Amino acid sequence: MEPKLVLDRHQFDTFFESLHKHGYEIIGPTLLDGAVVYAPVDSPDELPVGWTDEQQGGVYRLKRRGDQALFGYSAAAHSWKKFLFLPTLKLFEAYRTSGGPEIRHPQPDVRRRAFLGVRACEIASMEIQDRILIHGTFQDTAYVQARNAALIVAVQCLQSGGTCFCRSMNTGPEVTRGYDLLLTEITGPQKHVFIVDVGTDRGAGILEGIALAKADEADLKHAGDLVDEAAAHMGRVLDQNGIKELLYRNYEHPRWEEVAKRCLTCTNCTIVCPTCFCTTIEDVTDLPGGKAERWRRWDSCFTLDHSYLHGGCVRCSGLSRYRQWMTHKLATWIDQFGTSGCVGCGRCITWCPVGIDITEETAAIRSSGDASSSIFGKKGE
Amino acid sequence: MAGKRKPRLAVWKFASCDGCQLTILDCEDELLSIAAEIEIANFPEVSSAIMKGPYDISIVEGSITTPDEAERIHRVRRSSRFLVAVGACASSGGLQALRNFKDVNEFISFVYATPAYIEALNKSTPVRDHIRVDFELQGCPPNKYQLMEVLSACINGRKPAVAQHALCLDCKRKGIVCVMVANGTSCMGPVTQTGCGVICPSYRRGCYSCFGPMETPNTDSLASWFGRLGMPSEDIVREFRTMYGWSEAFRRESEAREKETKA
Repeated sequence: MEPKLVLDRHQFDTFFESLHKHGYEIIGPTLLDGAVVYAPVDSPDELPVGWTDEQQGGVYRLKRRGDQALFGYSAAAHSWKKFLFLPTLKLFEAYRTSGGPEIRHPQPDVRRRAFLGVRACEIASMEIQDRILIHGTFQDTAYVQARNAALIVAVQCLQSGGTCFCRSMNTGPEVTRGYDLLLTEITGPQKHVFIVDVGTDRGAGILEGIALAKADEADLKHAGDLVDEAAAHMGRVLDQNGIKELLYRNYEHPRWEEVAKRCLTCTNCTIVCPTCFCTTIEDVTDLPGGKAERWRRWDSCFTLDHSYLHGGCVRCSGLSRYRQWMTHKLATWIDQFGTSGCVGCGRCITWCPVGIDITEETAAIRSSGDASSSIFGKKGE
Repeated sequence: MAGKRKPRLAVWKFASCDGCQLTILDCEDELLSIAAEIEIANFPEVSSAIMKGPYDISIVEGSITTPDEAERIHRVRRSSRFLVAVGACASSGGLQALRNFKDVNEFISFVYATPAYIEALNKSTPVRDHIRVDFELQGCPPNKYQLMEVLSACINGRKPAVAQHALCLDCKRKGIVCVMVANGTSCMGPVTQTGCGVICPSYRRGCYSCFGPMETPNTDSLASWFGRLGMPSEDIVREFRTMYGWSEAFRRESEAREKETKA
């Protein structure tokens, strides 16, 4: 095993330079309009230095930290999905010519990107999307290209957010795999350093030429304690015990009606979710009808069009749409893809405009029992 | 398509501010290609040369507010093959439908020196309340690209791709940070149909629903959340009484919240 190294805060500029020198555009955390978002950053000064956040159902607020930590916040407003599985993507242009339609495909985006500050739950969400978009029945070429071009610089979560429950989903908070480089940030009155784990040769290449000390026992113990601390302070819990069977048994549970009264069917939960991957395909034509374009856009199971079959929509009520989303995310996803669709990042809770909480809804169904019928017949049949 | 007669377009004005008609003129760069594909046959705001009907496509702007308009809209229908109601007025009664919540005769007596000369219906109503409408394009004013899309779909014989979901989906696609969650700013986006291009949240303002209700607006849930954000009931009523105040969903919500203020 590679020895762990120490990157001093003062060396972070050099670290950025090295990433640039290797041809990477750096995408990292930065402040935008009252939140931490992932966006292109050119220097460490653009990181959310000394900022953290407070998150609750439907509420996100930035707060000052007592130190100058670079990664002292919890899950950012949007996930990395927007760089791997693009919100809008032109698939092709078609031209009417005398010899029939001519199809032109846009040039693929082959930019190399370094994702700086990827959390354990986010690596887990990329692995879930990999299963579907790389190892599934069909390969999404745009996703494969973006994923292969992405260098993952992960950071250990040292502070759980108010809506986090990765521990329940076994996806965090500790990063154990899926990274090129892994940083653990240690801030103190006398020092500000990052313990660096090297995950791949590609990651090691970035560190070449930067004079890094070897981490000592005390640093490693400190880093380990900080990760344990985060694990002990999860904002939420989602009991996974028999979750699939629980939801399958409770298809007609009265709780669905209750949550539907609050659900806005606004799509926010699905769009902020780092694993949701539904899209819609739209064709547009110009007025003379000589040129057409086909676009793929993020879609959501909360729109009527999403379940439009011939003659109409099959999930017309808010109830059926919320139930579809939550049951798919937590239960049918397991049958379909061999894993839960939830990584416990809490974004669907924080960014729901009315604070609907997937952990609370699941707990409510669990606590009030299995009184109702299931999609596979009555309980006990 | 050579030799084929170009489809004829008519644009009709009812009670409105003319903003929707200006949206057509705002197509600027695309106007020439519109004119190349479509015969602009009857559009008095643009040209005094009026061709007789019938028309292949009629765009109707404005709400029905007078007995004369209530008759005229039937004549428009009879002379139109495909009729599109555009804008808040034509699709919900418009801003002027705020008078529907009060007694119009009281307004008339205050505003006009000789009220006897004024003939107004009790209510300002959308076009669909009077005639069959083939397509409604929401927005105050509508988005010019959506308007082009409707025309393009009409002449290419396909369904217009006009989304009816909440503004939020486009707000998130653009990577905008939610103003309500991150800043506590009230925003009508979750109950509002997309189409504007997410103008207000892009400038850190809450949406005020100038595109009207989305496909399945849960107004009660959003209004309750506004209350939790500290908004007084009178203001919640006002949130739902703007350009789309007379749309069924917003009307029901504002009337319910108004009862609360009087309770």
